[in-house]
Amino acid sequence: MKPGAVAIVGAAETTRLGHIPDMSQIQLHADAALNAMQDAGLTPADIDGVAVAGETPIAIAHYLGITPRWVDGTAVGGCSFMLHVRHAAAAISAGLCRTVLITHGESGRSRIGLNRPPPSPASLVGQFELPFGPMGPPSMFTIPVLRYMKTHGLTHEQLAMVAVVQRQWAGRNPRAMFRDPITVSDVLDSTMIAYPFRLLQCCLVTDGGGALILTAAERARDFPQRPVYVLGTGESVETPMISQMEDFTSSRAFRVAGPTAFAAAGITHKDVDHLMIYDAFAHLPIYGLEDLGFVGRGEAGAFIAAGHTAPGGRLPMNTNGGGLSYTHTGMYGMFALQESVRQMRGTAPAQVEGANISVCHGVGGMFAASGTIIMGREPG
Amino acid sequence: MSDAKRPRPLPTPETQHFWEGTRAGELRLQRCRPCARAYFPPRPFCPHCGGREVEVFVASGQARLYSYVIHHRAVPGFTPPYAIAVVELAEGPRMMSNIVDCPQTPEALVLDMQLEPVFERMDDEITLALFRPARGDTP
Ligand SMILES: [Zn+2]
Repeated sequence: MKPGAVAIVGAAETTRLGHIPDMSQIQLHADAALNAMQDAGLTPADIDGVAVAGETPIAIAHYLGITPRWVDGTAVGGCSFMLHVRHAAAAISAGLCRTVLITHGESGRSRIGLNRPPPSPASLVGQFELPFGPMGPPSMFTIPVLRYMKTHGLTHEQLAMVAVVQRQWAGRNPRAMFRDPITVSDVLDSTMIAYPFRLLQCCLVTDGGGALILTAAERARDFPQRPVYVLGTGESVETPMISQMEDFTSSRAFRVAGPTAFAAAGITHKDVDHLMIYDAFAHLPIYGLEDLGFVGRGEAGAFIAAGHTAPGGRLPMNTNGGGLSYTHTGMYGMFALQESVRQMRGTAPAQVEGANISVCHGVGGMFAASGTIIMGREPG
Repeated sequence: MSDAKRPRPLPTPETQHFWEGTRAGELRLQRCRPCARAYFPPRPFCPHCGGREVEVFVASGQARLYSYVIHHRAVPGFTPPYAIAVVELAEGPRMMSNIVDCPQTPEALVLDMQLEPVFERMDDEITLALFRPARGDTP
């Protein structure tokens, strides 16, 4: 696929974020989708492709009154939307459809209308992990970190700095849920959740959603918003079992998805002006910076602690405040994509001046899957 | 630690040998004959080469503490704080488990410490392989 052949022409989040006790999950999808269609000046009749995770494409197409000729129900966790962008770009380039709507909605906090079944006790996770007492991502996604700390000498203070820096970005974003500055001591004194992780190193749990609309670049100038071009994409999966990841200090899925996207876009790290790395927990930006090759092995903790990803730093990262401070419904990848779009349009609350290329990197499950999208202000 | 309501695994045809092993006080792994590589979790073929020529063998039980968290929240069947650990077996594969007969603290749970299995019965069918600090009286 040619870099810049497909563009994002509609992008929006739900009107409200955070605590939305008056909307079910599917309505959060719809609220975001309607906002994105308005952003693009489209109606459901203009959409001929639907990609969705959390609900089925059937449910979303029916609920919104869309008659698709292409659907994608790839559901690999929080980075599903990165994969949807990748698949949609390929489908549009292949002529399978013209205008794709990608939606996310999740009532993560209010838990209205959720439809995620618990893992079967006969699955490998059910037989060989759940009997030992993990309770969701805070006590599973975090398991590899002590091995990383021993291997590379990452300190508790450096791990805390990830949350401190992201709060600095959140303070510049009126829509962020937590905006008050925090210190390393605040992080290290917050409630212990699953050693070595404390409350402020774990993501929020919120209600919300987001949606994107993609079409071919040659049509993109006909829409009301400045188009944002898809320059390169990558995806991979590794394992549904955190205990079975090949390397506890690095994600194989990251190492496939990231370089695939860079190669497709034909860019190098020096070209990157803005970076999003899905941060459900504080260690993810550390793994992401290394696995995507922005820094060497074991260097990411010091790199973040030195302020290089903070406001004014040379590699602005997670500029919305991230899953740690902005919002995290459960599948945060859509919000990372939204922030990359805003940065490329030049409309982000904490706008990076002169940013032309944004890398948006997602994780799905617990190091189970990954998707990377590289966006540009120009087609190439 | 109360095991009354610990989530109970449901064996499948492909994992039956493992659960029969723990019931007999053995850690039974599988190994590919052509590659000679041990692997886990169970499946009737080799995940490295795709070959079906695999055998079940009894692992030594020697393991080291590879990584863990100490969970501080209440979970049915567990008394917090408790460690959720990944152990690395001498034969190579890693598996999730709990570390017993050991304080559930970062000071006591030292990465790479030697461990040995303890077989904890849940019911007539299921016995879990837990681990404890090695006492040196196993091979
Ligand atoms: Zn083999």
